[in-house]
Amino acid sequence: MTSVPERAEAVRLPIRGDGDLTAVRHQVRALARELGFGLVQQTKIVTAASELARNTLLHGGGGEVEVVRLEGPSGPGLRVSFTDSGPGIPDVERALQDGFSTANGLGMGLGGAKRLVQEFGIEQAPGGGARVTIASWAVSRPAGFGA
Amino acid sequence: MTDGPPDSGLSSPDALSAFLRRRSEQIAQRWADLPLFQAVFTVTRDEAVEASHAVVASLADVAAGGRLDDLEAAGFLPVRRQLIAMSGSRSRSGLSLAQVDREFGALRDAVLDMLPLDQAGQDERGGDDLRLPLATLFGTLRVVVVETMLQENQEVVLRQRQQLLEMTTPVIKLWDRLVAVPLIGMLDSARSQVVMENLLEAIVEHNATVAILDITGVPTVDSLVAQHLMKTVASARLMGAECVISGIRPAIAQTIVQLGLDLGHVTTRATLADALEWAMDQRGRRDRDPRPLG
Repeated sequence: MTSVPERAEAVRLPIRGDGDLTAVRHQVRALARELGFGLVQQTKIVTAASELARNTLLHGGGGEVEVVRLEGPSGPGLRVSFTDSGPGIPDVERALQDGFSTANGLGMGLGGAKRLVQEFGIEQAPGGGARVTIASWAVSRPAGFGA
Repeated sequence: MTDGPPDSGLSSPDALSAFLRRRSEQIAQRWADLPLFQAVFTVTRDEAVEASHAVVASLADVAAGGRLDDLEAAGFLPVRRQLIAMSGSRSRSGLSLAQVDREFGALRDAVLDMLPLDQAGQDERGGDDLRLPLATLFGTLRVVVVETMLQENQEVVLRQRQQLLEMTTPVIKLWDRLVAVPLIGMLDSARSQVVMENLLEAIVEHNATVAILDITGVPTVDSLVAQHLMKTVASARLMGAECVISGIRPAIAQTIVQLGLDLGHVTTRATLADALEWAMDQRGRRDRDPRPLG
């Protein structure tokens, strides 16, 4: 039996309302703590997840988050993917700019989340919406990794 | 077409009702030994039998009403409280919704088993024509039970949400004209609205000139939380109170900076003690120079 280790730990949660954001933060924090993330790193990835989960809700009209435990060469890591079925992100460059907001927010969510994690990616979800994926590692890697 | 009993009389709901009433005692005796009743009514067996009787009587009433699939049937009303108590007791002892549902399903099987016994001695009505109405009636009972459980849960959640809103946003008067809000938990939009209202009211009530917002108990400060904090600070300022945000932990500070949030124009302190010192300082300054020129 060949099992892919990172799949075995995948947790999927729905993002349908404000209450679900709390569940997402709890899930990410619990796993980060379990994997041995330091307090600062825990706070960073939880905050990034919070921003992105809210984006999924506000811009994507709700969706799903998948939290996966990773096994890297230098230690364990955490990957969080947000998938929605909204209109997608038409102009990624612009969306990443600080201060750009279409929802009357501060416009720091997407760009801020990117700065808080070590790996960041945006792609078109199969259903036409957006999929934003972030990852961090328990042991910090050199700056610029995965940028 | 059908040459069923032309006027021997009873439609199947009525027949079912009659059967339940006729066999009420036996059914109750059987149910009292099922896990559902046994586990809920632990004091005496008579208690379980009595409760079973109530449910049988209620089902007979529903059947007599003619609509076996009517979730709103008046017949269910008398046992509604009892059903809530029973399902509640079972779920408190750790059973899932599905498991409780299955236990209620077992009630039907106990009655189905009695059907042949009853009909053998009874009448000329064709074999098993009560089985279907019986199944329908117990199906309805199960849905009623599940619905009641969900409703109960919903009410508990709503109550707790309300309690949480009120509990976690007190405004404390620390000193003459000095108020503090110890924020605990996540500041979502609904909560921050409550916080702001409470704070602004307290500022008026205590004639406060300084307000401390302590976020030691806020686990995550993301851009929305920061936005709420800044709006609160701005509104307090409009009412003549200067705000200081305290309880900024090292991890939060680093996160705020990387997130790109600019709290530059908001006074912040690491601890509540520091904020208190700043606040007393502010008050002293105001007292010395109550009407600054310009």
